[in-house]
Amino acid sequence: MRIAVLLKQVPDTDEVRIDETKGVLVREGLGTIINPLDLHALEAALLLKRSRGVSVTALTMGPSQADVALREALALGADDAILLCDPSFAGSDTWATARALSTALSASGPYDLILAGEKATDGETGQVGPETAVMCKLPFSTYVSFFSVSDDSVTVRRTVEDGIETQQLPLPCLLTVLRDINEPSMPALSGKMRARRAHIREMDAGSLGLDPSTVGLSGSPTRVVRIFYPKVTRKTELFSGKEIDSGVGRFVEALRERSLIGR
Amino acid sequence: MSWRGILVIGEVRSGAIQPATMELTAKARVLADADGSKVTTLLMFDDIVSDPKECIGYGADTVVFACAPAFGLFNQDIQYRTVVHLIEKIRPAIVLASATSAGRTIMPAAAAVIGTGLTADCTGLEIDPENGDLLQTRPAIGGNVMATIRTSDHRPQMATVRPRTFPIPDPDQKRKGKAERLDVPPEILQSRVLPMGIEIQEGEGSNIQDMDVVVSGGKGMARTESFGMLHELASLLGGGIGASRAAVDNRWIGYPHQVGLSGKAVSPKVYIAAGISGSVQHLAGIQTAGYIVAVNKDPDASIFRVADLALCGDLFEIVPKMIEAVKRETEK
Repeated sequence: MRIAVLLKQVPDTDEVRIDETKGVLVREGLGTIINPLDLHALEAALLLKRSRGVSVTALTMGPSQADVALREALALGADDAILLCDPSFAGSDTWATARALSTALSASGPYDLILAGEKATDGETGQVGPETAVMCKLPFSTYVSFFSVSDDSVTVRRTVEDGIETQQLPLPCLLTVLRDINEPSMPALSGKMRARRAHIREMDAGSLGLDPSTVGLSGSPTRVVRIFYPKVTRKTELFSGKEIDSGVGRFVEALRERSLIGR
Repeated sequence: MSWRGILVIGEVRSGAIQPATMELTAKARVLADADGSKVTTLLMFDDIVSDPKECIGYGADTVVFACAPAFGLFNQDIQYRTVVHLIEKIRPAIVLASATSAGRTIMPAAAAVIGTGLTADCTGLEIDPENGDLLQTRPAIGGNVMATIRTSDHRPQMATVRPRTFPIPDPDQKRKGKAERLDVPPEILQSRVLPMGIEIQEGEGSNIQDMDVVVSGGKGMARTESFGMLHELASLLGGGIGASRAAVDNRWIGYPHQVGLSGKAVSPKVYIAAGISGSVQHLAGIQTAGYIVAVNKDPDASIFRVADLALCGDLFEIVPKMIEAVKRETEK
């Protein structure tokens, strides 16, 4: 059995700070991490590796520095790593990303199961998983908080707004997972040593047979046309010490103004 | 046939058309009036549903309903192919769905098949007066930056919209419109995905995205038991319980409650943050909240910079005072 895990390298949002005077994010010099939810997807694959002896391939699209994320995945126990790297991939939206990923999955597969995090902390779209599945013509499920694999199917539990849904999907399929699915483990020293020497397979547009004009920014149906900073309209009323009771009074007033009490 | 009009993908849960569907239908009406085109709302359900014609009062010209046993339990595979089928049939210029778990699951699948763009979790939609394109605005990285996105050369233009972004007007009972049944081809109703059931979880946790009030606890709560007072405050206000990542990481409360970048984005009328310092990670999830009340002992906490009401002091003294004050007000 072969499992592919889709990873994304994202800025470490724990390090993001706000520039007090300009009110904007300071992104310079930020470290990068594997998207936290993708680490849960990787852990789910590694748990299957331990229990059933499957092989795990980590796949990411990004600049050459994204090999750091793949080496981390190898250190954690992935058997194999593929980097989709080509200047023409730059500026991909979710559709173009899914196109490159699905082509790479077909070229390096077949896989019995493809796992990814439900969304990335930078783009926060949650779209690449379902888009990739459909382009691979695979059934898929999302918001997965538990799954169990049998010989030819997988049973998943999805945590959604009003409860937990159970679904069964045939293999192969693609699942996007939530963080409560497992607790990611830390890499062992031996894993780190092995990862440093490991070979990372690289694929570019040419080796995937993708016309550079149909990938990246030029192959993306959506375009960011404007970036702006929302006006901060909040005017903070601060209460402390002996004034707290007046602050609590203001709280009740705010509730009343919005008809949330005294209905 | 050119691409024209707006299709709203409605959401029916436990036989009820969701408020977010009315919200989107009303917003679609405003957008469609820019060029005098039509609004169609799609409802997929099995047997029971509140009156489909309800959507007409909010602005739909046509309510298309797909009624089949296969729409009983959520099946993304059947729903996205039904959406694609309807898009190919009526060729709308714009397709909107709520950014709920269902909308965020079926829309990307539909967009992938059609080969068009999709913008996630929009908090602003406008028609460009120059060329009629849909301008889709969403929070980017941490919610501190807004990005406006355009799908120029592909149709339809697809977007999911964060629930509770736009006001829901009173329905116009006199508005005329029609309800049409969609005959879904049998091959679409056959699926490789087999829904087995749903355990409905009532209560404060999982549906915080639909709540008027969310009361959240963070690191300052210090232990599971102290969430008891947040539950009390939330239940007095008919609200739900949220949490920062720190509180979830400490296992004081479950992940469905997590608000922020790796959890949920919420848009309550009032958001109460107790013992939450306000990391970028957390603030991103409350950016569209109406009124933010923060309780924190650290006067320099970032949460105070985004709060409307900052109560600086010991939350174990202040929250009980808030509870008492609400009780007094309710008993009046």
